[in-house]
Amino acid sequence: MYSHGADSLIKQARDIQESELQKFYSRLVKLLQGKELGHEAVDSLQRLHLILSATKYTRTLPPELQKRVQSLLSSPKEHFQVLSSAVLRETLPLSGQEGNYNQENISQLNTHAAALLLSQAGSRADLSSLCAQLLRSLESRQSEGPAHSLTHTLPILNTILTLSPECLTADHVTLLSKKLVDWLRYASITQGGGASSGGFFTGPRSRQPVPTAELDGAVSGDFFTVLCVGQGFTEDQWMNVYSFSMLRHWLLTYHSVSSGNGTADIDDRSEVDGSVVSMVSATSSSGRLLPPKERLREKSFQYCLRLIEQSDRKAHKKTDTDLQKACLVEAVCILDCVCEEDASLVFRAFPCIKALFGRLSSDLSFARVLLPIAQFYLNHGEMAAVDCESVWKLVFGRFPAELFNDHFLAHELLRFLRLNLKSLQHRVPQYTRSFPNLLKFLAWDSPAVVDDFVDLLPSLVTAGTAVELLHTLLDLPCLSATLVLQVRSTCLPISEPGGRGLQSPDAYRNPSFRGLFLFLLRGDAGSGDTIDRLSTLHELLAETADWPRVVQCAQTVPLLLHIFFNTVITGADEKLLSHLILVMLERSSLLLNIPEYSKEIHRVFSSHLLRFCKLRPSLVVDQSHELLEFAGATANVYSKEEIYTHVVWVLGEYLSVSCDSRCSVGLITSCFEALEAVLFEITSSVPPPGADCPAPRVITTLMSTLAKLASRSHDLIPRVSLFLSKLRTLTRGGSVAWCSDEEDLVAIVTRGEELWSLLKAPGVAQSVLTPPPHVTTPQWHRDTNVAMPLRLRALTSLTHSQ
Amino acid sequence: MVRCFLIHTVCPVSALGAGESRLLYSRLFGPDEGIFSDRERGLSPEERRLVQKERVAVVARQVRSAVSLSREASARVLGETVPGEEALALQEADSGVVRLRAGDPFSEEMSALWLGVQSLGFTLVCEPHENLLLAESTLRNLARHCLEHLHMLGQGSEVLLRSNRVDALLSRLLPHGQLLFLNHRFAQALEKEVAAYMAK
Repeated sequence: MYSHGADSLIKQARDIQESELQKFYSRLVKLLQGKELGHEAVDSLQRLHLILSATKYTRTLPPELQKRVQSLLSSPKEHFQVLSSAVLRETLPLSGQEGNYNQENISQLNTHAAALLLSQAGSRADLSSLCAQLLRSLESRQSEGPAHSLTHTLPILNTILTLSPECLTADHVTLLSKKLVDWLRYASITQGGGASSGGFFTGPRSRQPVPTAELDGAVSGDFFTVLCVGQGFTEDQWMNVYSFSMLRHWLLTYHSVSSGNGTADIDDRSEVDGSVVSMVSATSSSGRLLPPKERLREKSFQYCLRLIEQSDRKAHKKTDTDLQKACLVEAVCILDCVCEEDASLVFRAFPCIKALFGRLSSDLSFARVLLPIAQFYLNHGEMAAVDCESVWKLVFGRFPAELFNDHFLAHELLRFLRLNLKSLQHRVPQYTRSFPNLLKFLAWDSPAVVDDFVDLLPSLVTAGTAVELLHTLLDLPCLSATLVLQVRSTCLPISEPGGRGLQSPDAYRNPSFRGLFLFLLRGDAGSGDTIDRLSTLHELLAETADWPRVVQCAQTVPLLLHIFFNTVITGADEKLLSHLILVMLERSSLLLNIPEYSKEIHRVFSSHLLRFCKLRPSLVVDQSHELLEFAGATANVYSKEEIYTHVVWVLGEYLSVSCDSRCSVGLITSCFEALEAVLFEITSSVPPPGADCPAPRVITTLMSTLAKLASRSHDLIPRVSLFLSKLRTLTRGGSVAWCSDEEDLVAIVTRGEELWSLLKAPGVAQSVLTPPPHVTTPQWHRDTNVAMPLRLRALTSLTHSQ
Repeated sequence: MVRCFLIHTVCPVSALGAGESRLLYSRLFGPDEGIFSDRERGLSPEERRLVQKERVAVVARQVRSAVSLSREASARVLGETVPGEEALALQEADSGVVRLRAGDPFSEEMSALWLGVQSLGFTLVCEPHENLLLAESTLRNLARHCLEHLHMLGQGSEVLLRSNRVDALLSRLLPHGQLLFLNHRFAQALEKEVAAYMAK
């Protein structure tokens, strides 16, 4: 599809020489001077466009050429309108020509010329005058010209409204609201375009007006909407389509237009009028008593109800069925919007919405329509005292569980959650318990939705479910693999002939392992933090470690863990923090074996372990048993170096009486002995087969920790000193089995010597290795005891004592 | 409102770095959003155009990376269809949506819908509150017309040399970025006009 030829064309256009370009310009000017412009002119203009658009740096045209091209904007042939607009959009307007937005004939411009004008707008003022002109032309309704001469007005107004609603005034709002009502509600209900009721004979006798039809062929019985068809269409039917296409946006934005002083009063009055009238009668004739904005709301309401009814018909064509779905979404959104503005409409709207929900809730192909319905329930359900349970069961239950692989649903559902976060946390208690289901979106398509989860994850962290959430996050790659297996088993037959010998699909179908997979696929939290046979699960899924989806998922987990821990730490609940430390220690060896995954997770664990202990030093004494168990296992030095180093470090830093009064001499001694044993072992033997030599940092950390502990319990000092001097002797021989690099060895030995000499003066060692808090967190000027101003004041008062 | 429509590469291009995307067609709708931001108000028109081009390039790159990640994850094998098999190519196309955060590159959050037809991607950037169902079907329709009228399944470069056809198509089906609720009859009427334009 994409060829080398296309690439070279772009390159040629970009690198065209100036002389060649000027020749081309003059050729083009001559060509455009001719009376009849034909194919050659079109091709040349097209080439000009390519040359201009291929580079991001603006080229200016010679004024003569630019003037000629500009004159083509009003050419009768559309090709020249299109090309001149495209060319001029890629270059700068002629000096003196820009900002000409006050011409009288703006309304006569064709759509391509109007596009150029829009793109060249330099300020809000330009757009305001453009706006005013267009609305004036709508008002006067010039009916000459082709059927679409007015139709581009609404899209242009919508564009301006999107980017700069202040360009419209209150009067404009009134005018446009009135027009929209006309087009939406009172468009003709007969087919346009010279449709006749049948046969060969097109004489006046058979020119009877034929009514429009519904999508299933039935004759339309009510006003015209976008879901009505005919052989041809009248102009106001076209405007019906364009009006509906911008209606929602109009209803959302028309309050932010620049309002004069009068509108506030008008609104108040009409609110009272509107609500009284709509409660009294539901007939449309009452609409005539309402001011324009309120009237538009009423008509939009009726239009939407009609669309919902029309969407129940069985359309003949697939594109129409798709349109019906889109119309349902739009109709519900508009109803939501008008109910926000006029609360009395809620009571009229809800029966319809409820019926729609009942009709669609069992059909998953309508899931994307059910989301706006859920939004409606969320916004107005409380007011109407409607039970929303079944809605949430769908949104948090069936949708993630069964439609996790629908990209668009995922995007829209997660957006719905993001936009309504506060509301959901307040009103829908099952939100925070539904993370096992919601994370299925992430497990399936991490790159697409990780951004959304960065925003949502903090809200899913609660004290009650944090531990389970941590386990779930760590096992996301397993969930990813399981979902792939689930999808495959529904798509492929049970026995794959000559299958690639994969173990995992069989394991997935094996009843004795069913429980493991079912736990991963659970919908709600609360049934247990994790499973016992996690290692079995990891073994079964070992071969999935190189599946692309699993790998992509694994790459997002560290980021999410950071967010998780950052959220947890703000709560700073000590019990939770200590439980999480235990989980970290336990899971550090219990992870799916994907290359680099364990390393990354260990890195995350280490940094947060540090933060936890810094925040709450007493955690170390709390969890001393588990930490010691971890630190005392020599195997951990080789397999979990990063975490090991940090565990030893926190033990050294925070296992002291100044951090927690429960720290006894016995505790310090047992810690010392455990670490001493490990240090002996790793410095007197070769690393086990398959493992690298321990990094120098592990060894120096162990030595420092031992020294710190010894400085708190002076009986231990001789033991450390003995070891350190032995180390010096051992290494004098040159290389050792446990350290491959000579420089590293030198560094280790130097450290040992420093510690040894420090420990020769126990008092000094204590203050250096276990500094009191006021040294580690100096207050400087914040501490009144050392504050300079206080001293000065004291001195001053002394010298001025009289 | 749709902010822009792009046609760009989603396959590796030898002349470009990895992850880069070549833009074959780009159309921004409406006035430049820079005129409303305080930061960009002082820019000259050339600078504004440069910023616009950069913005569009950022979108293309992000979509390119989303497409390649999605294709990698689903382990798709890209079929080679020949001219005449446009319907098949469209059926086999993969699609998705990328969330563009506020500031990256538009000043507000946007949703970029993409449709990947072999080595090319069709992207529609629209406001996130837009009717994405409608946007999706509009995008498919636009892609179908582009594939047919510009013979994009072949080796030619008509998308570059006949970009006016895409402009005309957009002026009917997506006028000034407005998504339209068109039933098959309205769509037929517009497509007739488009066909008439292409025939000349």
